[in-house]
Amino acid sequence: MICLENIHKSFGNNAVLQGINVTVEAGNSLVIIGGSGTGKSVMLKCILGLIPPDQGRILVDGQDAEHAERDAFLARFGMLFQGGALFDSLPVWQNVAFRLLRGALKRSPAEAREIAVEKLRRVGLSADVANKFPGELSGGMQKRVGLARAIAAEPEIIFFDEPTTGLDPIMAGVINDLIREIVVEMGATAMTITHDMSSVRAIADKVAMLHNGVIQWSGPISDIDQSGDPYLDQFIHGRAEGPIEAIR
Amino acid sequence: MILTAPLEFIGRNTLSFLAAIGRVTLFAIETLRQLFLPPFYLREFALSLLQIGWLSLPVVGLTAFFTGGALALQIYSGGARFNAEAVVPSIVAIGMTRELGPVLGGLMVAARVASSIAAEIGTMKVTEQIDALVTLSTNPMRYLTVPRVLAATLAVPVLVAVGDAIGIMGGYFVGINRLDFNAAAYLKNTVDFLEFWDIASGMVKGAVFGFIVALMGCYYGMRSGRGAQGVGRATKSAVVASSVLILASNYVLTEVFFTA
Repeated sequence: MICLENIHKSFGNNAVLQGINVTVEAGNSLVIIGGSGTGKSVMLKCILGLIPPDQGRILVDGQDAEHAERDAFLARFGMLFQGGALFDSLPVWQNVAFRLLRGALKRSPAEAREIAVEKLRRVGLSADVANKFPGELSGGMQKRVGLARAIAAEPEIIFFDEPTTGLDPIMAGVINDLIREIVVEMGATAMTITHDMSSVRAIADKVAMLHNGVIQWSGPISDIDQSGDPYLDQFIHGRAEGPIEAIR
Repeated sequence: MILTAPLEFIGRNTLSFLAAIGRVTLFAIETLRQLFLPPFYLREFALSLLQIGWLSLPVVGLTAFFTGGALALQIYSGGARFNAEAVVPSIVAIGMTRELGPVLGGLMVAARVASSIAAEIGTMKVTEQIDALVTLSTNPMRYLTVPRVLAATLAVPVLVAVGDAIGIMGGYFVGINRLDFNAAAYLKNTVDFLEFWDIASGMVKGAVFGFIVALMGCYYGMRSGRGAQGVGRATKSAVVASSVLILASNYVLTEVFFTA
């Protein structure tokens, strides 16, 4: 279970997070929605310790993230970055098996490669992609490789940062389905940030909307269309008119 | 208000300059600390050694060769004013090993290596690859900075030594073909006047310059701003800072080595 208690984060005068309180139950999938620049990525990065919060507490299974042993803490997480964040100096299989080639989870290169090929197959990529470099792959394939890397060490918690941004609708659907399948299959706890409502409906058990630095609305996916929250309604229907100011 | 504006400007810039020195110093200390912490990424180190050492050889060699040749011509024409043409071999050797080999080699490595390190790490930063490293339980300082800084510190002295030899060869080539020196006499003069410390001091300078170049490349890469402009600025800053630091530290090292 991940629990964020009163998380604040400012960059200079810009108070991005102003008291975030959210809980994700173990094995559940939470999708965080909200406009660009509302601090969704900052929130994920605070959990991972990539950005230290100014105030508040992050608990993962009751353990305070700030005082946890970093390597053991991070070993519980997998993350799919928005742009893939694949290491372009390494071939695909070494990207996927990165964690298995070094550190506490180190395996022999042959074993790590075998696992990488198996994970690539799981995300719908053939073994011949393994020796290619990320620069030789299309955007959709890079996302799949990123997904394979996120699940390679079988983490308990997986974060997806805008998993369908920049993909065509069909590929976005394929990635959404894959994420859902993998999360269910692994029994992992998932947090996804997205603008894409098709992703929300495909991936979420629970939805939280971030606006003005706080969670504006949260609830199960089944309630999203009858929330009665004007902010959420404006967002999910993509209306220019409403309480959220659209800069034109 | 108008009267205090220049003072504010000076104060602000002084503070930001001192803050930058503090940040670079902390970065250097952290690099040295991480050097002694496991794991050591051997593959990254070997690749850095190849990139920084082996692949810089042509540019350092060419620079040294032409510098040695030009130095021979200059010393010959300058020495002719007081009938000291015969000192060409020894001055070329001393000038190359003590000063021009390490400094010009260091500056060429700064142009080639600091820029490529800053651009590579800067691009990794803006494409979230550095964040990805952290989430994969890998310390970016240990994985990216330590291998590059260690490789440069070890490789540049060797580059300097090779550059010294090629520079002396450039002087020799010009000496015997253009200035009518006797080949055997030129070589004997070079060997007789050259001392071990001339070569060693240049190599020590090379190690310091190598450390500076890789450190600046990594520092500015890690602090790169967003987008192509951010990476471009990081690359430029890395080359400028490493070049200035090479020249400044060269003066300090020369004071320490030859006037103490």
